[in-house]
Amino acid sequence: MSNAIETLDGGAANSPASLSGLQQAIWTNGLLAAAAWAAAALVTVGLPDVVPWGSAGLFAAITAGGAAVFAALAFIVRRLGRTGDAIVHYGPWFIAIGVWFALWELTTAKLGWLPKPFFSPPNGLLNVYVAEAPRLLVCIAYTLRLWSLGFVSGVVVGYAAGVALGWSKRFSYWGMPILKLIGPVPATAWIPCTFFFFPTTFAASVFIVALASGIPVTILTSSGVAAVNRAYYDVGRNLGAPNWYLISKIAVPASLPHVFVGLFMGLYYSFAVLVVAEMLGAKFGLGWYIQFQTAYSGYANVYATLVIMSLICAGIVKLLFVARDQLLNYQKGFI
Amino acid sequence: MAAVTALRKAPQAAQSVAVEISGVSHAFDLGGSRLPVLDSIDLSVAAGEFVALLGPSGCGKSTLLRLVSGLEQPSSGKITADGSPIDRPDPSRILVFQDPTLFPWATVWSNVATGLDARGVLAQQRAGVDAALDLVGLRAFSGAYPHQLSGGMAQRAALARALVNDPALLLLDEPLGKLDSLTRLSLQAELVALWRKAGFTAILVTHDVEEALLLSSRVIVLTERPARIKAEFRVERPYPRHRDDADLVILRRQILATLGLAT
Repeated sequence: MSNAIETLDGGAANSPASLSGLQQAIWTNGLLAAAAWAAAALVTVGLPDVVPWGSAGLFAAITAGGAAVFAALAFIVRRLGRTGDAIVHYGPWFIAIGVWFALWELTTAKLGWLPKPFFSPPNGLLNVYVAEAPRLLVCIAYTLRLWSLGFVSGVVVGYAAGVALGWSKRFSYWGMPILKLIGPVPATAWIPCTFFFFPTTFAASVFIVALASGIPVTILTSSGVAAVNRAYYDVGRNLGAPNWYLISKIAVPASLPHVFVGLFMGLYYSFAVLVVAEMLGAKFGLGWYIQFQTAYSGYANVYATLVIMSLICAGIVKLLFVARDQLLNYQKGFI
Repeated sequence: MAAVTALRKAPQAAQSVAVEISGVSHAFDLGGSRLPVLDSIDLSVAAGEFVALLGPSGCGKSTLLRLVSGLEQPSSGKITADGSPIDRPDPSRILVFQDPTLFPWATVWSNVATGLDARGVLAQQRAGVDAALDLVGLRAFSGAYPHQLSGGMAQRAALARALVNDPALLLLDEPLGKLDSLTRLSLQAELVALWRKAGFTAILVTHDVEEALLLSSRVIVLTERPARIKAEFRVERPYPRHRDDADLVILRRQILATLGLAT
């Protein structure tokens, strides 16, 4: 439409077009985000603290830096192609985060409505990262080791058990009732037994995480394998496929969408039990750190650690989504 | 044409096969009660013949095809292929379903290759897959996924998946039943052409009288469930046939009358 008008009017329409073009070129939400982040910085350094928390200067510098970046982006974001489009898409979120920081700072450190020690301003969390960085990094490493050993072993065993339960009548006869009985029991209820059965408390913790992630994978894999269209097996048998082929080339790929639902559920459950699993005589780990700090009313440290845990969990969920989209690419047409 | 010769040259090129169905009765177990579906069926199909089974829907035609394929065993009676009893499914007898039942997670090429892959001979016979795809005109869609195909193309892919195994007996269970009428017409012609070139024995289940007359050399009319053979019509017209052929029109009226639909 605008093209047609331009060709009709020729050069005459140039000046108003370039004016509106300039307005188009500026990203308004970027300016608003810059304002919100600058406000957070000003609140942090400009108002007196009710209670000092530390790292206020660093926090103000970071938010002021953020404000500067958004202000610059407001003018150049349209020229950044796909990255720019993604930034523009999240514009309202950047504004909201700036406003959130400012209000959070106000209600905690500046006005004291949300008092110490139960609440912490954002710079309080930042201060935890600055002061406790070495210890937190070690805890992250310990937690990732426990989680990955538990999750991977739980998924491998759970998947194999799920395929067997879904495929074999005999397995399902004995296994299904047992699965139905132990499925609803929280993984943490097994702690007393695990102490007896496992040589080390670390092995017991791995088992708890494995159980939490393995059970949803087992349930969904078995229901996925059992729900495969029988006609696919007829086709396979008719074409001369032996049993192993029916399982590996038909039952397994056909049940994959169910398996991924199980993997997502297992992932969330395994993170939920992680804290409890690290109660079992652990000396490091994010869960252990949270309990340790809770005991000493170090709630800022607790919040800071919770943020790390949710970021790790969200990152792994994202990876799982990427893997799923790769493997289930063929479904694009019907979902 | 080149594609057909490639198929015929495949190492295990099978010939057509004669099917003998004698005294076959079958019943389904419905948790306590038994539902009889087939009642003492006797039918001989000569090697290379194209036989159509026609009957009211739900009369047991499809069950008969499943029994001939070996996917199920009859409650009583005997089915043989060239004299040897059919007691399990075999890639020389392939059932083509009303639904294409392609694997949605595999490409068209991999779907067609399923039989060869399952028997561990795909490495030697990769050219056979391409030839089968050429035969049904889907070579350009080798890399497509089933959901990207139209109904007619999906059914063609299912045919290629059957033909790549060079079957001696093709069992067609209303393979064109769910297609729109234009696609149906062109696939009927293709089916006749494939059968005449490859020379397999074919048994077609349909409830479309016209389709039976266009394709088959013999039409068997079945009764309501439990199905018995009610009448048999020979269709001695040369291929390719035309639906307005005078002899076919007369036969059509006779068959409809047998089915109780006199006009």
